[in-house]
Amino acid sequence: MDLLSREIQLDWHPDACARVPYALYTDQAIYERELERLFYRAHWCYVGLECEIPNPGDFKRTSIGERDVIVVRDKSGAINVVENRCAHRGVQFCQKSFGQTKTFVCPYHQWSYDLRGNLIGLPFRKGVRQGEKINGGMPADFDLAEHSLTTLSVETWNGVIFASFDRSIEPLRSFVGPEVGAYMDRIFDGRELTLLGYSRQRIPGNWKLMQENIKDPYHPGLLHTWFVTFGLWRADQQSQMIVDARGRHAAMVSRKNDGGKSDAVTAGVTSFKENMVLHDDRVLDVKIEPWWNGPTVTMLTLFPSLIVQQQVNSLSTRQIIPTGTGSFDFVWTHFGFKDDDEEMTRRRLRQANLFGPAGYVSADDGEVIELSQRGFDQHTELATVCELDGRGTGGADHNVTETLIRSMYGYYREVMEL
Amino acid sequence: MIAAQHVSIENRLRIEDLYAEYAACLDDARFEAWPDFFTEDCSYRIVARENYDRGLPLALLSFESRGMLSDRVYGITQTLFHEPYYQRHIVSGLIVKADDAGYRVRANYVVVQTKVGALPLVYSVGRYVDRIVEVDGSLRFAEKICIFDSELIANSLIYPI
Repeated sequence: MDLLSREIQLDWHPDACARVPYALYTDQAIYERELERLFYRAHWCYVGLECEIPNPGDFKRTSIGERDVIVVRDKSGAINVVENRCAHRGVQFCQKSFGQTKTFVCPYHQWSYDLRGNLIGLPFRKGVRQGEKINGGMPADFDLAEHSLTTLSVETWNGVIFASFDRSIEPLRSFVGPEVGAYMDRIFDGRELTLLGYSRQRIPGNWKLMQENIKDPYHPGLLHTWFVTFGLWRADQQSQMIVDARGRHAAMVSRKNDGGKSDAVTAGVTSFKENMVLHDDRVLDVKIEPWWNGPTVTMLTLFPSLIVQQQVNSLSTRQIIPTGTGSFDFVWTHFGFKDDDEEMTRRRLRQANLFGPAGYVSADDGEVIELSQRGFDQHTELATVCELDGRGTGGADHNVTETLIRSMYGYYREVMEL
Repeated sequence: MIAAQHVSIENRLRIEDLYAEYAACLDDARFEAWPDFFTEDCSYRIVARENYDRGLPLALLSFESRGMLSDRVYGITQTLFHEPYYQRHIVSGLIVKADDAGYRVRANYVVVQTKVGALPLVYSVGRYVDRIVEVDGSLRFAEKICIFDSELIANSLIYPI
């Protein structure tokens, strides 16, 4: 019995993944079912990179859905993920974003846990002696082992850490599938990663809008001047839209061209700036790296919580943390590789000006998502139109398509039973 | 170690004026004039405090020349789609020191954002860590780092801080 399965009234035609009801972005009952079925069950969620917690005792805090979790490396070097909630009285005991520790101790009554989440001790368990008398204490049958922190399933993909509250979840590799997995392996092939830093934004829109944004190869050459003008992403490029067997994950793969004017893709496109010349073009100092093997950009969406970006030399993970029907936190972790020289690190950092909450090709994604949400809030009965390149699902060998969004909703409907 | 130098009252006042003019430029949305506050080979960075404190090199924006600032102005005015907003900078608590490399200034800032039809929002809170030099008789920022406490950006950051 799904405790959170409140009754949901939704008029959604069974075949119509080319229409997405506004209610999916605004309805509280749908949102609660999403948390339960998409974030807490049967889905691996991204929680970080191994290079964020390189040493035993290192930990970081993050969230899966609306639940706060701690990702920690224990003495053996293994990575554990535990919920940040004391088994005693539910206190969210850890308040640091990052740190180093030997144990977790709840500040309220000092219950302490090891780095695997086992309860290792609590004050006054055997009571307190007063003269001949022993006052209080836990019952004789109180078993520490029954009061561990909630521990999550954990798997890594060559340095990328995933976790799930679902203890019987399928293996990570089978969850991702070979189609998109090949593009995960292209970036994360076992090379050691280096952490460059974080950007965090709170976007006032439904979390799915960000998944859609990175499954939508239609918009970059229209909304983002830099992409169309400098040829980083536009409709006349060689592209592959790749989707896993179930339609939930995707890879948008493309190869940049030289940009400039082209009747097919720039005529009438107001964002195209024919005469735009940078005063200082070091931001676009692109250097081809041997591991690219062709594509200059791969944007991966791992449902529900992760986007992995390679856009020329800039690399990041982007984590989706929903905070209600109309809001989510978006956490960018920029990284490089251990064998990058100083020049390559500087190049990755310069190109980071294109991305993140202030980036030339990203700041406006948050803006349009906010405005989409406002439109949805105005009606409960309408639906978005998603028909570029037909009404079907699956992959494509070009980028003039919304098929990846339809594919995601095909999968979504099945799991959500809507 | 660079020896600390005396800062005259007059220069202290010139520096305070510079901050007032800088804030007025941004608050009036006279973005084309913004690069003029900087030297040709300036460094301008907006950095999350968590990255700054932990020595992580990523910045929200990181520009290495006045040319890059001009490109940002073009971005703001011509290419970045965004809902327009007003900014109001409150700058206070200037600590001014001087050495051979120029004036070293640390100051607190608060930027309040106001959008049409919305209540004002405390948008960015942090400190400037700056180096100021004399260029042809006027003061320019050679380095400006805006280190913001408010790690979460309220959706996007379009205009300079």
